[in-house]
Amino acid sequence: MTEAKENASHVIEVEGLKTQFGDFVVHDNLDLNVRSGEIIGVVGGSGTGKSVLMRAIIGLKRPSAGKVRIFGEDYYEASDREREAIEQRWGVLFQGGALFSSLTVAQNVMAPIREHLNLPQELAKDIAALKISMSGLPEEAGAKYPSELSGGMSKRAGLARALALDPEIVFLDEPTAGLDPIGAAKFDELIVNLKESLGLTVFMVTHDLDTLHATCDRVAVLAEKRVIACGPLDEVRRTDHPWIQEYFAGPRGRAALDAKAG
Amino acid sequence: MTDSAASFDIDVSGGVLKLIPSGDWRGRFLGGLDDALRDFADDSVGRDLIIDMSGVKRLDTVGAMMLQRTMHSCTNRTKASQFSSASEAHAALLAQVENHLAPCHVEPVQGNAFIAVVRRLGKGVVDAYFASLEVMSFIGLTLSSAGRVLANPKKMRWTSTVWHMEEAGLNAMPIVSLMSFLIGAVVAYMGAKILRMFNADIFTVELVGISVLREFGVLLSAILVAGRSGSAFTAQIGSMKLREEIDAMRVLGLDPIETLVLPRVIALVIMLPVLAFVAAVVGVVGGGLVAATAMDISPALFVARFQEVIVINHFWAGLIKAPFFAFVIAIIGCFQGMEVEGSAESLGQRTTLSVVQALFLVIVIDAFFAMFYLEIDF
Repeated sequence: MTEAKENASHVIEVEGLKTQFGDFVVHDNLDLNVRSGEIIGVVGGSGTGKSVLMRAIIGLKRPSAGKVRIFGEDYYEASDREREAIEQRWGVLFQGGALFSSLTVAQNVMAPIREHLNLPQELAKDIAALKISMSGLPEEAGAKYPSELSGGMSKRAGLARALALDPEIVFLDEPTAGLDPIGAAKFDELIVNLKESLGLTVFMVTHDLDTLHATCDRVAVLAEKRVIACGPLDEVRRTDHPWIQEYFAGPRGRAALDAKAG
Repeated sequence: MTDSAASFDIDVSGGVLKLIPSGDWRGRFLGGLDDALRDFADDSVGRDLIIDMSGVKRLDTVGAMMLQRTMHSCTNRTKASQFSSASEAHAALLAQVENHLAPCHVEPVQGNAFIAVVRRLGKGVVDAYFASLEVMSFIGLTLSSAGRVLANPKKMRWTSTVWHMEEAGLNAMPIVSLMSFLIGAVVAYMGAKILRMFNADIFTVELVGISVLREFGVLLSAILVAGRSGSAFTAQIGSMKLREEIDAMRVLGLDPIETLVLPRVIALVIMLPVLAFVAAVVGVVGGGLVAATAMDISPALFVARFQEVIVINHFWAGLIKAPFFAFVIAIIGCFQGMEVEGSAESLGQRTTLSVVQALFLVIVIDAFFAMFYLEIDF
């Protein structure tokens, strides 16, 4: 199928990406490659288009120029059938969880399973229970409606749904924003753990320096409408760019580094 | 994909029970194996089991979960029971899912169906009682804040009021006029057919005049406004409630009743009579046009007869009702908006409720007015 075309190491390739809203250009000539099996963290100031980049990759924001290839396929050029195949290979956790409010958590997790896999109901329920538990939610959360969940639980439930189809790539939009530090640390741990055991590739948009330190193999910094630095955290930190210096050498950046060293 | 389809064999030759899965054990290919695997587990409860993983080409969490489930449900987890020949990745996956096998509820637990029906009935009655109390208190709240604004007119939100007058009143003018014109015409047609049998064509004027002035003009306007603006009020205020904007207003010292509810109520109370007036005029014109074209009642005759037989009371009887209808529609719309909670679904329910309740109350009030007018001979 697509394996032949796929560059063995790059599951996401963004080339010369340009996105804009009307006349406002968000990205211009942006390049980014994501390797298979890594956790990549995308950072950048507010309004630099981190979430827009993610949306461009997952097919929600059509680029005005440039190529976005995922598993070697251009999503925007793909036929319906190819798109469906791609959609089954990724999972997305939106910022607020984006759970369907009329369904319980378990039904939310079962929704993609029902849609894409032809499985008996009992097995689908077992899978939902498995994913809910793997996401760190207690058993009784399955029967709850999204409006009854706390922010942290919504994110975990969203993650459970993102993992429903055993995706190869998981996109996380600010997974730890709005969580208390303990919850955030646990979420970091969960992501690393899942990545290790399931062999996931994780594309994470985040602001959280602790999360970067705890989880990411590589960091991509967005500024000036493109990726100004991309590489392991230690390497990126040494880049001579005012925003990067302020970001990593500022009080919060140092605190996160100290926390890691200590 | 060259991987063979998922399957499993059972081997008892060596004295121990051996399950040998093979092929592609990923979720999408396992739908057909689920029942067979469950049956196997049921049949071999309490026996030691070895699952030989050497034939498994690919494995995902679903496959791992099914194998672990089988292992757990049929063995006592003695040392003799184990996974053998699993690759490192597969072993990690099996270990990962092992702690997450507990089933969970998909839906909230439902009790006895009969009790549920009775409970729902009782809840409905109690809810209706409290809802009516809340509407009362909401009316009181609105009136008292209206009083405060009256005492201190600077607090009046003119911009917002005028905007709602335009949105709910002026913009509704075309559709209200069209509807009213058509209803006037329809009434005239009906009358023409029946009255002609008695050779009483000319009474069409009374029929159209009285029905449109007293009832149809104002009622049609109210119904349209309830559907158009009552629902919009609920949706606007409701989505503000969902995004915590109402809470933000409260903590900033802005009274939501004063800033959101009062302008809407005042705008409708002013504009619905205007709409009703226009509707009445256009309705009569519609009737007159049919009288002129389908019957032999010339416009001049129509107008002369109209002036002769239709007393001004009919006009006032209709128009007086308009502010009451407007008040009820705006109050219910805003009240339901304030009651929105939690989810988008609640917003939808409340919007529906708002229209249904507003229409219901409009008709009820109309009936009371009819009885009242009858008693006082108006």
